[in-house]
Amino acid sequence: MSRSGSHSHRVRWWCLIVAVVAVWVQQVEGVWPLPQQLHQSADRDCLSPQRFSFTYGRDSAAQTGCSVLDAAFKRYFSIIFPDFTTLSENVLQYMWSEPQPFVVSVSVKTRGCDGYPDEDSDESYTLSVSEGQAVLRSVSVWGALRGLESLSQLVYQDDYGTYFINKTEIVDFPRFAFRGLLLDTSRHYLPLYAILKTLDAMAYSKLNVFHWHIVDDPSFPYQSRTFPDLSNKGAFHPFTHIYTQSDVIRVIEHARMRGIRVVPEFDSPGHTQSWGKGQPGLLTPCYKGSVPSGSFGPVDPTVDTTYKFMASLLKEVKFVFPDSYVHLGGDEVSFACWQSNPNVRKFMEKMGFGKDFTKLESFYMESIMNMTAALNKTSIVWQDVFDYHERIPQDTVLEIWKGAKYQTELSRMTQAGHRVLLSAPWYINHISYGQDWRNSYAVQPQNFSGTDEQKKLVIGGEVAMWGEYVDATNLSPRLWPRACAAAERLWSNEEKTLNADLAFPRLKEFRCELLRRGIQAEPLFVGHCRHEYDGLQLIFSLTGLCCC
Amino acid sequence: GRILIPYSTFNFYKEYLFGFETLVFQVHGVWPLPQQLHQSADRGCLSPQRFSFTYGRDSAAQTGCSVLDAAFKRYFSIIFPDFTKGSENRLQYVWSEPQPFVVSVSVKTGGCDGYPDEDSDESYNLSVSEGQAVLRSVTVWGALRGLESFSQLVYQDDYGSYFINKTEIVDFPRFAFRGLLLDTSRHYLPLHAILKTLDAMAYSKFNVFHWHIVDDPSFPYQSRTFPDLSNKGAFHPFTHIYTQSDVMRVIEHARMRGIRVVPEFDSPGHTQSWGKGQPGLLTPCYKGGVPSGSFGPVDPTIDTTYKFMESLLKEVKFVFPDSYVHLGGDEVSFACWQSNPNVRKFMEKMGFGKDFTKLESFYMESIMNMTAALNRTSIVWQDVFDYHERIPQDTVLEIWKGEKYQAELSRMTQAGHRVLLSAPWYINHISYGQDWRNSYAVQPQNFSGTEEQKKLVIGGEVAMWGEYVDATNLTPRLWPRACAAAERLWSNEEKTLNADLAFPRLEEFRCELLRRGIQAEPLFVGHCKHEYDGL
Repeated sequence: MSRSGSHSHRVRWWCLIVAVVAVWVQQVEGVWPLPQQLHQSADRDCLSPQRFSFTYGRDSAAQTGCSVLDAAFKRYFSIIFPDFTTLSENVLQYMWSEPQPFVVSVSVKTRGCDGYPDEDSDESYTLSVSEGQAVLRSVSVWGALRGLESLSQLVYQDDYGTYFINKTEIVDFPRFAFRGLLLDTSRHYLPLYAILKTLDAMAYSKLNVFHWHIVDDPSFPYQSRTFPDLSNKGAFHPFTHIYTQSDVIRVIEHARMRGIRVVPEFDSPGHTQSWGKGQPGLLTPCYKGSVPSGSFGPVDPTVDTTYKFMASLLKEVKFVFPDSYVHLGGDEVSFACWQSNPNVRKFMEKMGFGKDFTKLESFYMESIMNMTAALNKTSIVWQDVFDYHERIPQDTVLEIWKGAKYQTELSRMTQAGHRVLLSAPWYINHISYGQDWRNSYAVQPQNFSGTDEQKKLVIGGEVAMWGEYVDATNLSPRLWPRACAAAERLWSNEEKTLNADLAFPRLKEFRCELLRRGIQAEPLFVGHCRHEYDGLQLIFSLTGLCCC
Repeated sequence: GRILIPYSTFNFYKEYLFGFETLVFQVHGVWPLPQQLHQSADRGCLSPQRFSFTYGRDSAAQTGCSVLDAAFKRYFSIIFPDFTKGSENRLQYVWSEPQPFVVSVSVKTGGCDGYPDEDSDESYNLSVSEGQAVLRSVTVWGALRGLESFSQLVYQDDYGSYFINKTEIVDFPRFAFRGLLLDTSRHYLPLHAILKTLDAMAYSKFNVFHWHIVDDPSFPYQSRTFPDLSNKGAFHPFTHIYTQSDVMRVIEHARMRGIRVVPEFDSPGHTQSWGKGQPGLLTPCYKGGVPSGSFGPVDPTIDTTYKFMESLLKEVKFVFPDSYVHLGGDEVSFACWQSNPNVRKFMEKMGFGKDFTKLESFYMESIMNMTAALNRTSIVWQDVFDYHERIPQDTVLEIWKGEKYQAELSRMTQAGHRVLLSAPWYINHISYGQDWRNSYAVQPQNFSGTEEQKKLVIGGEVAMWGEYVDATNLTPRLWPRACAAAERLWSNEEKTLNADLAFPRLEEFRCELLRRGIQAEPLFVGHCKHEYDGL
């Protein structure tokens, strides 16, 4: 990556002396995703790791001891000065001129350092960088995290390794409150470090919801407290391919420290083949002629035991996952097996459903959505549930995944008064040759026919990385920087970010920054980064995981 | 990832040790599929403590043979990945003394210090029986192929015990040239990425590393003769270059694995980066009556160009031991030549009229002759043949254009040229799903022509061009996708027509690649016993 451009500018006296040979270049640093308002001047300031510090503002509601921000200060110090070690502190004494101190003062209006981010979290912040200091102000600690991320992207190094930051004013807030990323840990198991690494990169892109599609047909890696047999029998391997309770807690805490919500998905009644192995009687036995064929279909919605099981499972989910949302799935239910089963047909008759199996599916989904509501959780369901059955609880969030005509679906759903998540155009597991991030970038989530009220019902969107062809070997390079396109669309002002060609150099730079931070992000096109991926960074990051 | 299939025959060890498990019999695939492979259900236990490689008494190579001594060490670690010195102590706790197992390797000819070449005999026979394996080959390179197959026959059960089934293999490659192209100009690939690729190539029995080392975007090769080429033409003159010692390391790493290194110095097009460190080499483009400041292909009208190319090719001959060198010759744009008055004057003088393909041919012929004078065989991209059918007979032509490669195979072989097929194996072109099946379906000799013509197809190449590829995504894009072409180029086509039948074996091989530390991406939903650990 080349960073160049020549302008005249003012530098502080000692910077001028240290970097006198480099004064003809002025490096303008992009921030990804683009802040709502960003004013940068050519004036720049030298930063020295020895004289750099984060501090809490006097008027800040959070002070030293605030878990989220204390950890963030440490984390961002290492991110800003990646080659600084305690050894290099000695360099200080040999420097012939004393570097000036630089203090980042962080002030938040409300505390909540031990809480979790939620749908109503205020992520706005203002950042003012001037001579010798930066002032970061936000309402919540989550907003402060976003501001620290932006600050870290403003710092750059010249060819001689000196750190600089330009005078900058930022006023920033997200366009959408829900900016999600889906990982599928059922089609392939993703080791814990791969999930934690993804959370790191999400925070760098200001994505704030980890949608954990934790179980599905192929495997059930979630180790349930209540039903341990689900993973004992339904995981690819009962010891090596599972998420223990402590794994899950680690994911949630790692996410919390980065202002990221964890929304688990327990998809039913379809996509549940792996559930049946550890929970006999849960799935519908399929029939061939008048006898069971030995294979199983979706969850059996006709027996009480199913609802008792789901109630227990959802209770556990509520207990384990602090987020107020839970994803209930509801997509792609095949009716063939239900149709083959005489008990199901009898039940249909009793209920007066006729031959319409969508009514049976709706009956089931309504029951578990009610269970979820009773647990004080908001349900998210895939669009199928709405498509088959428009009368669903008003506060249910609907997620659009079908590629064709998602604009029409946005209109219909918002007209019915539902909050909506858009994922269809961001199924980035579908790879193709070339710069396909441009397709993600071109998406306009509110460009559908509807009132302003309807537009407001689009609460955000999700990048989906389904796991048919993805595991820890290729997850990171497929996600990054491709997911960054949606991240900017969901955070930034659309008017200011319509042009992908203008975004390209900034994204290229951000991709190099991801490499520098140890994220195995693939290239956007021909070129190079000053610090290439060295293939060894996981070792360092793993040792760093302990400190959140 | 190991595939369990029901089998009716039980063997002694299995029934004795694992009576409850006798319903399954593990069939161990070898990728690429050997020409002849007979396996029985009889299996023997292997213990790392009692396992050894040895040279057969009648072997021309003996201890001290660099290639095989190193291979023995390497394959010991590959076969027993979790064996460490510490675990030797476990021996005393084993309730029954494990039996020794000796792999005896015999080669007919020495040549341990040489390089593999186009005529290297890679055939081998492998016979695995109780307590021993006998591997016989003509050359050390054949022995390497046999060791690779041997290593793929060994498997572990759920309790960590190692087994190998009684097996007979007679094997040889279908094609002598089984290449893989890496592009280190569009993105720089650090040395470790290249070495890792060579490792995986050896696992798949690829035997030629086509190093597309320079191109328009950057010139990372640090030349002894022209250091400014990388000083000014690399992405960075210190961090994004291949020093002479880097190149030597690549060549030696490849040699130890029986892999040839064929460098490509593509000209007269694809040379933008050359111009930065070699002023006067490229054609100045004109706009109106004045130079526009931009440059086109190498200037084929001036003597200095040929002097430069001759020095460069002499250096290449000196640095790269392989008898082949790739001269490129593809995608030459004529617009710049056309704009330049000196070039137009030269065209007139030479009687080329307005036909710039004649100018291109003139240039290519000159450097092909230089190459021949250096006792090197030229490979060129198909463009050179397409424009100019009269080229030196022993030039190897490489097909890269996607459409109608069968027709091109016919035409080239009819003209008596040896041919390499790469067009259907441009696997940098990714798509969603199991695209390895497309690579697998390729039939390189399925074109209209005589038997003699078919023999002129000397092999093929998988190409991983670098527009969108660097060290972050190289390995998962290459593996296991490149394995499909590897099998097509090594194995009997008749026995490997069905991709569905190949699938479980490839799935297993991909898990084995993971186990060996190759970041190979998944083929479909599922898991491996030993997943990629990111370290």
